[in-house]
Amino acid sequence: MASRVLSSQLVFNWRRNPPAILGTLVVLLCAVIVIAGPLLVSQNPYDLRQLSLLDSYKPPVWLDGGDPRYLLGTDGQGRDVMASIVYGTRISAMIGVTAMLMACAIGTTLGLLAGYFGGRLDALIMRVADVQLSFPSMLIALFLMSAFGTGIDKVLIALTAVGWVVYARTVRGSTLGEVQKEYVQAAHVAGLSHAKIILRHVLPNVLTPLIVIATVQVGTFILIEASLSFLGVGVPITRPSLGLLIKNGFDVLFAGLWWNSVFPGLMIMAMVFGINLMGDFLRDELNPRLK
Amino acid sequence: MFAYAVKRLIQMLVVLWAVSVIVFMMMSFTGDPVFMVVPIDATDAEIAQARRILGLDRSLPEQYVLFLKNLLQGEFGRSYVFRQPALDLILERLPATLEIVLVALLIATVVAIPLGVFAGANPQNPLSRLIMSGSLVGISLPGFWVGMMLIFIFAVELRLFPSSGRGETVEFLGIRTSLLTANGWHHIVLPAVTLSFGTLAIILRITRAGMMEVMRQDYIKFARAKGVSRRGVLYGHGLRNGLIPVVTIFGLQLGDLIAFATITETIFAWPGMGKLLIDSIYRADRPVIVVYLMLVALIFVVVNFIVDILYTMIDPRITVK
Repeated sequence: MASRVLSSQLVFNWRRNPPAILGTLVVLLCAVIVIAGPLLVSQNPYDLRQLSLLDSYKPPVWLDGGDPRYLLGTDGQGRDVMASIVYGTRISAMIGVTAMLMACAIGTTLGLLAGYFGGRLDALIMRVADVQLSFPSMLIALFLMSAFGTGIDKVLIALTAVGWVVYARTVRGSTLGEVQKEYVQAAHVAGLSHAKIILRHVLPNVLTPLIVIATVQVGTFILIEASLSFLGVGVPITRPSLGLLIKNGFDVLFAGLWWNSVFPGLMIMAMVFGINLMGDFLRDELNPRLK
Repeated sequence: MFAYAVKRLIQMLVVLWAVSVIVFMMMSFTGDPVFMVVPIDATDAEIAQARRILGLDRSLPEQYVLFLKNLLQGEFGRSYVFRQPALDLILERLPATLEIVLVALLIATVVAIPLGVFAGANPQNPLSRLIMSGSLVGISLPGFWVGMMLIFIFAVELRLFPSSGRGETVEFLGIRTSLLTANGWHHIVLPAVTLSFGTLAIILRITRAGMMEVMRQDYIKFARAKGVSRRGVLYGHGLRNGLIPVVTIFGLQLGDLIAFATITETIFAWPGMGKLLIDSIYRADRPVIVVYLMLVALIFVVVNFIVDILYTMIDPRITVK
């Protein structure tokens, strides 16, 4: 019942908040691109049979020499920039979401354990978190990637390693508060196992603040992944994300071929902006202190 | 206060030690550096000898003890590529990095604080909404892309600023700096503006949040009631307390700037230590990577230490436990 009231209140406020609506629409649009991507564009940019070098470096359609088949122009291999962006968005978004889920799962588990059992385990987890938090995420990710080498799996590991800390800290904090409450003590008295108390009783009560963190983190991860790929230590060239597309576009920017890098950048900006708008809205709604 | 400072100092050393362990572990699991130093046609005996000279024939714990001993003596080894002491290479490039980081931090602070104060003091004003949307765009932009766009607009199209390099430098107090030449300033504008974007947005948002929090407090209402001017309330009472959270994120922002400087320096071919790090990663130049990481770790812990101490001095309400 309580959750229904909350959700209706949330929806009520959402409908009166244009930035939140805009953010949701942008995110939904990105979701469509991710899910239906290849159906939306006529070319698979990584199928060499579909590429023609004769079509290389065509400008966007509204400029002189533009080709109506290539709305946003082509790159040096004759790849449709729009098709590359669709495929790149899929990779960027999937990395962001997957890494967020992994970081959230690991961070929440460690936070629950630390907050519930306390003691040495708690001290150890929190010291590690302290040390890690004193370094910027970007630097840690860069450092890990420099050791791992390129690869989507490695990017995921690096982002997870960077991202678990916020969940662990937040969950530990709220768990400490929950453990002292009467319902948890009652569960103890009723003889429930630790596992059951943690999963069935504590976990649902510490999840709300994570929604905001998780939302914003997807955006942060997309940006970090883009930066890593731009530096050449992110995704492999066979599966370019938006960041790698921008890097490839950078090489020809000085020749005035701006469309290879401008459009992928705009796509990242739109995607992360949409996510951040939603995050802002959720933060205001789910944080009762600000009301 | 003194006891607190000592305790934090010990913590700093523990953090640095932890970083040294992590750096060492990572470096030992990433390939065999011996092939970086021996020629391609080296015999097995030569490889074994190189391994012995580098200390790679010993057990990991022994190697770590050696590594730590060398670190403490300031002996970081020589770059495999430049054949020079790695520490010298980094220190030579440190001023260039500090230059863009400090100029970026200056730009971010000077622009962000007034805008943040305005947006926090007048939350309903349309201009405030514009500022806030702008700052949200600021944190949604990939920094390297901003740099590229600035290069394209101001260097390629308009030809107002140079697209790469550091320009003329002069020696000042034994440090080579480009901040004392007009040509140097001309070169630093684009990279510093690029680097400042993310930090600007974050400082702005935190200033606004801090101001909004403060402007609700009773002492603000009281100051208004006793007839303090609007300006006086804002700057005398509001700003002082609203800026406390800003000071605390300064340390972390400085860290972020140093980290993101690696990207900015790569785009603008700025000869700083960040670009050296990226180049060294490509070339697997292990000693240089180690020095960079240890030096940056040292900078972070020192900055965080200073910020913590400042924090207790600015806000007397915070009692040191």
